[in-house]
Amino acid sequence: MLSVCRSCFSAIRNRLTIIEHGRGFSAHAAVNEAKEPDTAQLFTQEHKELRRSLGRLIEQDINPYVDEWEEMGQFPAHEVFKKLGQAGFLGVTKPTEYGGLGLDYTYSVAVAEELGHINCGGVPMAIGVQTDMATPALARFGSDELKKQFLEPSIAGDVVACLGVSEAGAGSDVASIKTTAVKKGDDYVINGGKMWTTNGFQADWMCLLANTNEGPPHQNKSLICLPMDAKGINLSKRIDKMGMRCSDTAQIFFEDVHVPQSYVVGEEGQGFTYQMIQFQEERMWAAASILQTLQNIIQATIEYTKERQAFGQPILNNQSVHFRLAELETEVELLRSLLYRTVGLYVQGQDVTKFASMCKLKVGRLGREVADSCLQYWGGMGFTNEVLVSRLYRDFRLISIGGGADEVMLSIICKYMNTLPKMPQKK
Amino acid sequence: MTKGHQGHLNGVKMALRILVGCKRVIDYAVKVRVKPDKMGVVTEGVKHSMNPFDEIAVEEAVRMKEKKLASEIIAVSCGPQQCQETLRTALAMGLDRGIHVEISGKDYETLQPFHVSKILAKIAEEEKVDIIFLGKQAIDDDCNQTGQMTAALLDWPQATFASKIEKNNGDLMVTREIDGGLETINVKLPCVITSDLRLNEPRYATLPNIMKAKKKPIAKKSPADLGVDVSPRQEVLSVEDPPVREAGSIVQDVDELVSKLKAAGVV
Repeated sequence: MLSVCRSCFSAIRNRLTIIEHGRGFSAHAAVNEAKEPDTAQLFTQEHKELRRSLGRLIEQDINPYVDEWEEMGQFPAHEVFKKLGQAGFLGVTKPTEYGGLGLDYTYSVAVAEELGHINCGGVPMAIGVQTDMATPALARFGSDELKKQFLEPSIAGDVVACLGVSEAGAGSDVASIKTTAVKKGDDYVINGGKMWTTNGFQADWMCLLANTNEGPPHQNKSLICLPMDAKGINLSKRIDKMGMRCSDTAQIFFEDVHVPQSYVVGEEGQGFTYQMIQFQEERMWAAASILQTLQNIIQATIEYTKERQAFGQPILNNQSVHFRLAELETEVELLRSLLYRTVGLYVQGQDVTKFASMCKLKVGRLGREVADSCLQYWGGMGFTNEVLVSRLYRDFRLISIGGGADEVMLSIICKYMNTLPKMPQKK
Repeated sequence: MTKGHQGHLNGVKMALRILVGCKRVIDYAVKVRVKPDKMGVVTEGVKHSMNPFDEIAVEEAVRMKEKKLASEIIAVSCGPQQCQETLRTALAMGLDRGIHVEISGKDYETLQPFHVSKILAKIAEEEKVDIIFLGKQAIDDDCNQTGQMTAALLDWPQATFASKIEKNNGDLMVTREIDGGLETINVKLPCVITSDLRLNEPRYATLPNIMKAKKKPIAKKSPADLGVDVSPRQEVLSVEDPPVREAGSIVQDVDELVSKLKAAGVV
């Protein structure tokens, strides 16, 4: 999420053109013609079991340590990922040849939802980078050799991955990235830098987006698997953030970094297109990963306001409080319904760009709304760092910024509604 | 009573057949509510899971299989259709197959350890098992009777409240948690063992095993198939919430505390 933070959206039109062109469908017909999925059938007994088991792991091996990790400004990604990997949670949708389970995307959603039980935003985000942001393109388009070297250990939890897309001067405007990878002998020589890289300080490899030729901006980029111990990689800054504190975020520079040309994912020049495809899963994942957390905050707020007395009665007894909480719970369920509908269409193979963008937009806004409204009812306690609600208030502020800002999502939706004005041609 | 089928108990090789009871109960994290008619607690729409003590029994059985002490482990659950979910959890943890004894409606509401132990004893005979592993009690009714009754019905030795189980030639050496501390006993097979909290820490099922569990067989039986009569032996008169704890008061000093305690007639 942070790793692909895109703070402006000047190139959004270009990006959309590519998505549509690349996948060859008409934006307007696709969703309407699709058969609506039966969401009651979206989750099976196996999904339930998966959640139960992951829930246990979270309760035993993650939640007891979250406070400590938040304090330290980093969580032990290798240790946590190993546990998740051993239990099979890092490769739910990945091919079985590389240790994945080859299941459909509904299972990824079940994992993401259960991760919402983690008492912070940072750890789920780091896991999401590993499973749904840095690896989908590699799994889909990478060579066998590359998948053995990078995908297999990522699924097993033996290595930590990060995603290198955003740069100091290019976030939402992915097409404008400046990092270059120039062919020299059998290698690429990489120069430039990346910004907002989640897991950056702990990662063993990066899924790097770089310009690999001089062509037009949507055909000159490639995704490259970059080992983070390569010479010339400089982790220059651990970024100090208002939230997601247990997730390390790096600014990284590349100075004549050599990687073999065979480390390119799929076809050279297709990096931009691959990344756009990769974004769909990232958006659905973002929505899925905080649904449970939102419900947990609402529940915790109910418990707290039931206990807390003011003016001779529990705070919860005020209609403005219990009505508001009911309103929020309703909003969360509506978002869940939209997400399930989107996921149902996605597993049927439909284009879900519009719906996935709506999910992402709504989850960003609702995350802020729920955290803010609930925090209010915690009174002075809500303003302390001793309660979960204040941590989530800080953490969820990111959802509207990272993984494509709200404004980017709005532009995509407008595009599908035919209301986005034409942008002046760049010279 | 018939003795169970004993594996190769002499020396090292043991290939025991184990039956594990998996009761479906209201999840431990759920706040239980009494029904308005005071005839039971609300179960509809409430999260259920496997009785935590049974989960410990499942884990111990799986560990015995991993150590090549057990050859086949069978999970059994008595109750409504949803018990199959509980059985799937057990299968995902590593059990080989399941038996669902379907009991629903009124019969299930009045089902008691007495009935369940008869069912377990019958299945143990049919399946020729060497060990019946159960939780020491279920967290819903807290009966702590099923293991003991099953052992009695089969006339098998029992090792209840087990906190450690080791093989001892052809027998099992079981450490039990008793009031005064720990007691170690030697039990001959076949036997009934009930697990205590500290026997082990149950694993979480891995995703590959959850998917594999889908293909493991679950046989469905009725109490009639097993020749067990589940007609009620007792009648519930009323189920009540525990009394609400009254608010306390803060005292200024020890003297006030003592005088209050005296006034209350406690000291």
